[in-house]
Amino acid sequence: MAFSATTKIIQPMYINSARSPDKSDSCNKILSPSSFLGSNNKLFSISKTISPLSRRSATVVAVSSDVVKKKKVESNPASNLLITKEEGLELYEDMILGRAFEDMCAQMYYRGKMFGFVHLYNGQEAVSTGFIKLLGNRDCVVSTYRDHVHALSKGVPARAVMSELFGKATGCCRGQGGSMHMFSKEHNVLGGFAFIGEGIPVATGAAFTSKYRREALKEDCDDVTLAFFGDGTCNNGQFFECLNMAALWKLPIVFVVENNLWAIGMSHLRATSDPQIWKKGPAFGMPGVHVDGMDVLKVREVAKEAITRARRGEGPTLVECETYRFRGHSLADPDELRDPAEKAHYATRDPITALKKYLMENSLASEAELTAIEKKIEEVVEEAVEFADKSPVPARSQLLENVFADPRGFGIGPDGKYRCEDPKFTEGTAQV
Amino acid sequence: MAAAVTQGIGATAALSSANSNKFQFTTRRSLSERKGSSFVIRSDGNPRVDLNQHSNRTRQLVTNAVSTKPDSASASTVSKPGHELLLFEALREGLEEEMDRDPHVCVIGEDVGHYGGSYKVTKGLADKYGDLRVLDTPIAENSFTGMAIGAAMTGLRPVVEGMNMGFLLLAFNQISNNCGMLHYTSGGQFKIPVVIRGPGGVGRQLGAEHSQRLESYFQSIPGIQMVACSTAYNAKGLMKAAIRSENPVILFEHVLLYNLKERIPDEEYVLNLEEAEMVRPGEHVTILTYSRMRYHVMQAAKTLVNKGYDPEVIDIRSLKPFDLYTIGNSVKKTHRVIIVEECMRTGGIGASLTASINENFHDYLDAPIVCLSSQDVPTPYAASLEEWTVVQPAQIVAAVEQLCQ
Repeated sequence: MAFSATTKIIQPMYINSARSPDKSDSCNKILSPSSFLGSNNKLFSISKTISPLSRRSATVVAVSSDVVKKKKVESNPASNLLITKEEGLELYEDMILGRAFEDMCAQMYYRGKMFGFVHLYNGQEAVSTGFIKLLGNRDCVVSTYRDHVHALSKGVPARAVMSELFGKATGCCRGQGGSMHMFSKEHNVLGGFAFIGEGIPVATGAAFTSKYRREALKEDCDDVTLAFFGDGTCNNGQFFECLNMAALWKLPIVFVVENNLWAIGMSHLRATSDPQIWKKGPAFGMPGVHVDGMDVLKVREVAKEAITRARRGEGPTLVECETYRFRGHSLADPDELRDPAEKAHYATRDPITALKKYLMENSLASEAELTAIEKKIEEVVEEAVEFADKSPVPARSQLLENVFADPRGFGIGPDGKYRCEDPKFTEGTAQV
Repeated sequence: MAAAVTQGIGATAALSSANSNKFQFTTRRSLSERKGSSFVIRSDGNPRVDLNQHSNRTRQLVTNAVSTKPDSASASTVSKPGHELLLFEALREGLEEEMDRDPHVCVIGEDVGHYGGSYKVTKGLADKYGDLRVLDTPIAENSFTGMAIGAAMTGLRPVVEGMNMGFLLLAFNQISNNCGMLHYTSGGQFKIPVVIRGPGGVGRQLGAEHSQRLESYFQSIPGIQMVACSTAYNAKGLMKAAIRSENPVILFEHVLLYNLKERIPDEEYVLNLEEAEMVRPGEHVTILTYSRMRYHVMQAAKTLVNKGYDPEVIDIRSLKPFDLYTIGNSVKKTHRVIIVEECMRTGGIGASLTASINENFHDYLDAPIVCLSSQDVPTPYAASLEEWTVVQPAQIVAAVEQLCQ
């Protein structure tokens, strides 16, 4: 499935401007004159082919993926499936890991094992799994504060993430980062950022390095970077500035919008003049794609195309994934503003349930195999908690170690020696 | 945007618009041929061979960071003839040498490429290294600074130019949160070897927004180093040191100092980021200064010497961290301190320095520290008003006379 100007915009079936569970086929509903200050645009426009931009070769594309539906219609399901059995099990395991881990985080938080701001990913697993499982080790992932599952999908061990959340020295960031700052050099997870939008330029930089290696250093490099962020971020300057630069220099990056409709308590519709985020891609000269983010197979198909585009040096893609978070913004959020009907609707589209159904209906896996995976993950998560519990808290000696890569940056003390040469420096008690 | 990327590593093309016969780049020496040693010159003028220049990932600690030998008055002239150039050319020379030495060094900023830089520091580099290594960015400071940080995390060594330092206020988010803190929050996994540089300070009637002193705003950010250059000699040395450093370094240049002419050594040299520079040894009073104010101080020093005073002038160079050894030795000798800076009175570098000296050397002071800073006033356009916001030599002379009564 290539992105081209001739791809029709396919209307998802459930469309209703308020995204209510009413699965009406009438696609042209306009928002009723609203009592809230928000966009009066239709959420999705239909049967309107967007004309290609005249000035650039990148075509304006809006695609809503219905690949899965198409495939099902074909006659021989076995040979036309989107995934093999191994792939299916891998995807399932990754999503179960994401879900089980986040559920355990909630438990541990309420038991006083982790503190501060913890943002859980329940419900959005299809996006992380759908994209990240297509990456190699050298490809980079940049996330926001809702980053536990991105780190897990990329390969950071559950015990390292759990330890970090407990603030232990064995955490992936030695306990210095916390929930919102998951980093892993080994797995190329470039964070973990507390301020929204802050990670997008960093991701753009990682993509720039990839291009630089290929073109200036003449290395064999086709590393791709994925930047994950939410709907609220799409109103932030850094987002637009980076869309511009990435398209301008054809950087190997995919901008993945996890549009879960809510930025804490601010509805996307109340914050955005034109809530169709995928449209903002073509405005900068890159394809903009909308995909059902509750369906891991659809996400994966779109991701394949976007990542391949980037690897080939054709530049960035903006992918808007329509998704939903089952829990509140963070564990401190009472989540009172969201309509229970909306939550109920998305609960019926749980990505894990959907994949399970797909695997079993297409005889890719048996109930027993899937249950075995669930059991295995349960053990992994429990082991992670045990490991984190038993791990030591950071010693005082760790306090000053990582402030500078070169600790001479603390300067020269009155005695003529560098501060970092003071024996108390390694104890963490030196005057700096 | 045309993306003609030309590979220029190792090429010794003459700079296309070398604007003076003072600056003959290729005839002096061939950079690509230099392999082995370079010299690290301490502020006392003694060269020390730095054999680890290519494995700069391992840090060398010296047990005595600063030589105990008496410092010579002028560090900038070595016995060899050297070559004359202007400060902005010295910056370019340093940058170019580092770009030749390490292909991961690149420049990112507005108008750095085809335009050659608003103060010509990067002139000719895009022709030599191509549009990717000398990247002209759109006007998006926060994002391209963040991009430089992401690039640094993944292996490059970017030099970010703020066309005017004041513009970097727009990049404060990235400089504070990511530049300063990422090494720590990642548990030491990612280093950020960026250099952020640009012209700042009060110029000639540039107006309030183009006359800012950002060193005072950035100084609290943990994890960064700040240095200010003031001569062609230390500009080149600090540029090279900043690029080679594994830490993020902010290099403050001054709009009015770019055309200072000086003779600098032909041999390669790298200065120490954390050290201060002894400009004029003396006995009566310690005058601490940096950047442009160094020249106002030296002008005042002439008057003071004629009046019989013997001021010791130190260019602190390292704004964060302070070189407390050089400063402390001076305080212990003279017992009187005047700080002369261009920062605002409130919360400037002088304020921090005053606190630091009081904390560490209180017993050695015979009088309270005097701090001469700019007025807490947005720099006015009118020349007469502008003059009164900045410390002038007459004020420095008066302050010394008062202090030494």
